[in-house]
Amino acid sequence: MEQKEDYFLRANNLAIGYDKHVLPLHENINVSVKPGQFTCLLGPNGAGKSTLIKTLCGFIKPMGGQVWYGNEKIERIPEIQRAKKISVVLTDRLDVQNLSVFELVSLGRTPYTGFFGKLLPYDIDLVHRAIEEVGLKGYALKSIDKMSDGERQKAMIAKALVQETPFIILDEPAAFLDLPAKIEIMQLLRRLSKEKNRGILLSTHDLDMALQIADKIWLMAQGKTLQEGIPEDLVLTNQFKRFFEREGIQFDNFTGSFKYHKEIQKEIILKGEGNTCDWVARALNRMGFATVAQGSNYRVEVLQDATSQFALYRSNKLVLQCNTIEALMDGVIKSFAAESKN
Amino acid sequence: MQGETAKSRKNFAYIALAVLLLSLFVLNISLGSVYIPFSVVLKWMVGLSIESEIWQNILLKSRLPQSITALLAGAGLAAGGLQMQTLFRNPLAGPSILGISSGAGLGVAVVVLLFGAIQGVSLAGLGWYGSLTITAAAFIGAFGVLLMILFLAQRLKNNAMLLIVGIMVGYASSAIVGLLQFISTKEDVQSFVLWGLGSFNNLSWDKHVIFIPMVALGLLGSLFLIKPLNVLLLGENYAANLGLNIKRSRLSILLITGLLTATITAFCGPIAFLGLAVPHLSKGIFKTADHSVLIPAVMLFGGALALLCHLIARLPGFDGTLPINAVTSLIGAPIVIYVILKRRSLTQ
Repeated sequence: MEQKEDYFLRANNLAIGYDKHVLPLHENINVSVKPGQFTCLLGPNGAGKSTLIKTLCGFIKPMGGQVWYGNEKIERIPEIQRAKKISVVLTDRLDVQNLSVFELVSLGRTPYTGFFGKLLPYDIDLVHRAIEEVGLKGYALKSIDKMSDGERQKAMIAKALVQETPFIILDEPAAFLDLPAKIEIMQLLRRLSKEKNRGILLSTHDLDMALQIADKIWLMAQGKTLQEGIPEDLVLTNQFKRFFEREGIQFDNFTGSFKYHKEIQKEIILKGEGNTCDWVARALNRMGFATVAQGSNYRVEVLQDATSQFALYRSNKLVLQCNTIEALMDGVIKSFAAESKN
Repeated sequence: MQGETAKSRKNFAYIALAVLLLSLFVLNISLGSVYIPFSVVLKWMVGLSIESEIWQNILLKSRLPQSITALLAGAGLAAGGLQMQTLFRNPLAGPSILGISSGAGLGVAVVVLLFGAIQGVSLAGLGWYGSLTITAAAFIGAFGVLLMILFLAQRLKNNAMLLIVGIMVGYASSAIVGLLQFISTKEDVQSFVLWGLGSFNNLSWDKHVIFIPMVALGLLGSLFLIKPLNVLLLGENYAANLGLNIKRSRLSILLITGLLTATITAFCGPIAFLGLAVPHLSKGIFKTADHSVLIPAVMLFGGALALLCHLIARLPGFDGTLPINAVTSLIGAPIVIYVILKRRSLTQ
């Protein structure tokens, strides 16, 4: 599916910021959103993600450079035409009573309806289909103030769908959702970008999710030039490390996630296998113990015993048997403390 | 908007409101301090001549213009209130939020109190000319504030700032009014206070020549704002993304609401409560946020409620006419509290 580059949403040497009297937040931004591509704009809070998004939508003017769609600058496109090019889902909270999902979604048809905003049968059909596509079937008449945050966000996405724009831009669409709802929204957006060939750009600070789901990632951090690439390249070229590492936080190129950097003080032998063993190792790491195969007085065994699951040995003598990792950790800490006293 | 139950509920509510409005209108014409048999009133209303010239005069020159005043004022204030609540996304907004009523009050205060104090002419004693002067003063005050608000609206990006300006205008006006009261005679202060209590009784037909077309224009204009108001429910950013010209829409809404509020306040005095409460009551009945339903609904409801208040104000036993503000607030406040409490218990 080859598209003409003219119809990408393109930022050309873009400089963004709010205040003319101070330096731009970011300069030299050269990126583009393509139809059918799922892009995540990733950066810590305060990096300027919202500002970039608002500039791309045409809400605020660029401080330098341009945003192009076709052969027109985005801020030069008349409002009503722009409304047919880019739709948005913002962080603004909706606080309207008695607004049904149908009414909310049908507002997405505003650029196409006549003077009184009356919906034609085609519009009504489109609205109902969009409500189904985002997974809100049966919710059409439900009032949005009686829905969960996740459901409301889906309704906003349906609104963006019926706006029939080649691009959809979302500012932190999953910011205040719990984890399952977050994953659901992200998967929904990815699916829509593929099925409907929409170019979707969303900002997030959830690195794990972006790495797993994005076609392309834009990395943004204060005082650094915006970097773009596919997730794998960004990991392998250490871009992630450079962008996000701070004191005490380490990006693990191997697992693709962050680790809290802790000083390892003591070593301990861990015997056993399977999932349980992994979680014990994790708990031990968190307490500052490195797990080794040999070379320590201390040994933890994960048992397949009916009466107890874990056993702790010191110098091959049984210290403790227990059923929870919590009790095991207590035991480990106590016996290490006892040793250091002696 | 969609779904058969919602649709039939809407239609039923419309019909009920229309019937209520019509009956209250007829009742307002039929009842009054002078007893006129209902059959005579009906005869007169269908255009047949009636024998008593006194009765004819009472019906034509007093009760009919008063009822029209109440109907239009109620409809206009309610439509203005709804628009302000949507524009500012604030359930506490009403047509007086822009400071227009305060502007009218200031205009009246300047004429009644200041001229009284300086020239020693008490407008209270001037009769019909006095009443016309008061209306003119209120008109100038109200439209003066409206022009200022429109001017600022083009410069201020933020709606909240506009709201604060409106409230500040209110404070400043009351301060000046207070000052004027301090230096005025008892009679003048009393006539100012009387104006401030509001009344639907002051409009003779020669004032209606101005009042009816201006309010009708405002009501008609409100119908043309349905689409922008609906889009503004989502807030200004979403509205802009949906292709709405925010500045132009905001200006149109302010202009229409301003026209309604300024006209009604100039002729009837500041009418409290109706503009704030009727939109809430209508939203409760129609269970929608869609302005294509709500705008006609608040007009019907506002008209009906104003007629009801006017009727209560003239109940036998209330010597003459009670101030309309006392009635609207005394009847209205408990209704609103009841509605809010009921709605709360439903959601919990």
